[in-house]
Amino acid sequence: MPIEVNGKSFETDEEGYLANINDWEPGVASVMAKEDDLELTDEHWDIINFLREYYEEYQIAPAVRVLTKAVGKKMGKDKGNSKYLYGLFPYGPAKQACRYAGLPKPTGCV
Amino acid sequence: MAKADFQVPKLKQYAEIPPVAPGAMAHSAPFKSKPEFQATLGFPGELAPDWQRQALDKMGDLLGRYRSLRVYLDSCVKCGSCTDKCHYYLGTHDPKNMPVGRQDLMRKVYRRYFTLAGRLFPKLVGAEDFTEEVLADWYSYFHQCSQCRRCSVFCPYGIDTAEISMAAREIMDHIGVGQKYCNEIIGKVYKIGNNLGLPGPALADTLEGLEEDVFDDTGVEVKYPLDQEGAEILLVTPSADFFAEPHVDGLIGYGKVFHEAGVSWTLSSYASEAANFGMFIGSYENMRRVAQRIREAAIKLKVKRIVFGECGHAWRVAYSFLNTLAGPWDFLDQRYPIPQHICEFTYDLMQQGKLRFDKSQNDDKVLTYHDSCNVARASRMGDRPGGQFDIPRAIIRATCNHFYDMDEETIRDRTFCCGGGGGLLTDDLMELRVKGAQPRVEALNNLMQEKGVTHMAAICAICKSQFTKVLPYYGMDMDQIVSVHQLVSNAIILTGQDEEDTPDAGTTEADYADEAA
Repeated sequence: MPIEVNGKSFETDEEGYLANINDWEPGVASVMAKEDDLELTDEHWDIINFLREYYEEYQIAPAVRVLTKAVGKKMGKDKGNSKYLYGLFPYGPAKQACRYAGLPKPTGCV
Repeated sequence: MAKADFQVPKLKQYAEIPPVAPGAMAHSAPFKSKPEFQATLGFPGELAPDWQRQALDKMGDLLGRYRSLRVYLDSCVKCGSCTDKCHYYLGTHDPKNMPVGRQDLMRKVYRRYFTLAGRLFPKLVGAEDFTEEVLADWYSYFHQCSQCRRCSVFCPYGIDTAEISMAAREIMDHIGVGQKYCNEIIGKVYKIGNNLGLPGPALADTLEGLEEDVFDDTGVEVKYPLDQEGAEILLVTPSADFFAEPHVDGLIGYGKVFHEAGVSWTLSSYASEAANFGMFIGSYENMRRVAQRIREAAIKLKVKRIVFGECGHAWRVAYSFLNTLAGPWDFLDQRYPIPQHICEFTYDLMQQGKLRFDKSQNDDKVLTYHDSCNVARASRMGDRPGGQFDIPRAIIRATCNHFYDMDEETIRDRTFCCGGGGGLLTDDLMELRVKGAQPRVEALNNLMQEKGVTHMAAICAICKSQFTKVLPYYGMDMDQIVSVHQLVSNAIILTGQDEEDTPDAGTTEADYADEAA
């Protein structure tokens, strides 16, 4: 089911993940968040941008611990934990934040 | 937590057998596999016009290959013993989720085409044509079985619905009707080496981070080696252990145990997955192909032993089938179990008095233990019957001061599935997962009320992820589920550790010599 962003159409899979990561632009995240009734703040964008950078380097989303550690380093130790990330992305950082960032869905026993 | 667009079951003090609600879960079906995922596994991409013929040929092939399948289909006497034993029936009330109801979906087709009475008088013996409607029912309800085998414990004939579900999925895969979740994942194992698709460099980066964390916490340089040729032990663990919480806390624990044991060990980027979804889809060929990777890695890295991390069905495949799938293992050290479970490894060291624990490090928790279905009912640990129940509990008791078991009807070989096993741990089956978790969560909830239990430990990646997701639907916290080796990790006193905050409360073998008796 494609989503409409600024008049452009983006192909997504049946679970709402972007079909092609290279198509991504920031508007995609905003539209997806809006559908979830979520307002994206700077804190959300920090996570989304980190996910995209990490993916660029490693071709996979970061492990939760890699992510929390990076967040802790950048934004203070009290924020370097899953509770903080789930506060931002209630459906789970790995799945919801990855979807907004245009990354494929992490698969497996997670 | 996501908002539920279905009714979350209410937890009760006593388990209730619900009245049947026919068709209550007829709408539930996972996403279908795309042709490209099918092709990787050697299956057709979509349904062909002569699909019925192909399906019956495959069923005939399986009936010939597995005598058990024919016996299971022939021997049911409709005694009703299984009807209230499946967590999916108890949680969804759909009679096709009664084990006998599920078996009958295949049994009626079997009778129609493979028995004389069914060929001549189908109506009299409950035989039915294999129509598209029946196929749709198969796809829906054979993906509402987590292959946990609880029903088989209560069946007087020992009919194993798990094997029937596996056969059904194998038949469906052979006519191009595969499940996206399982088949995409198996493809990733072939391409990258694990279910998650974590490439080597990402693994290395993650493990390096763990080394830093453990050093910061303890002041001890515990290593998490990758692809180290000549190491004694190859650790094969579910890739969720690298990626998710609380899984990774278990992985940290394994590393600390290996460190204290003074053995060299390594992970493999090529065989960076313990899970073997080939079993879930009933495909011997794919199960073998996944298992072969472990053999190839063991040979390449010249290891002497293989140890499996906390993964339920992986341990079933490893314990029960590894030798036929990927043996002979004559190049490994024959003095140790081949393969060995990490719990056996840790327990063995405990008995030798080689591990010191400070139990008070887990005093913020009151523990219970969830027996994972594949470990409980399809494998064993140690050298005594019931070791798969006793050894993990002995480890918990050695590392925690407060432990209680749940209702005995719901533990050990009668344990309830977490609700997400058997290839069902996917978001498109969330209603089924939440409802199927009800019996287990009910037993947990009762223990929380009666004994003040705060946490439940498990040794299966699927169980851990499933509870993380479903506990919040029941008003509980996602972090109430923990890894057994997370408890070990918290309590273990490493040699040379900064001990200023660690009282001299180490325990030795004398304290738990009888624990597992």
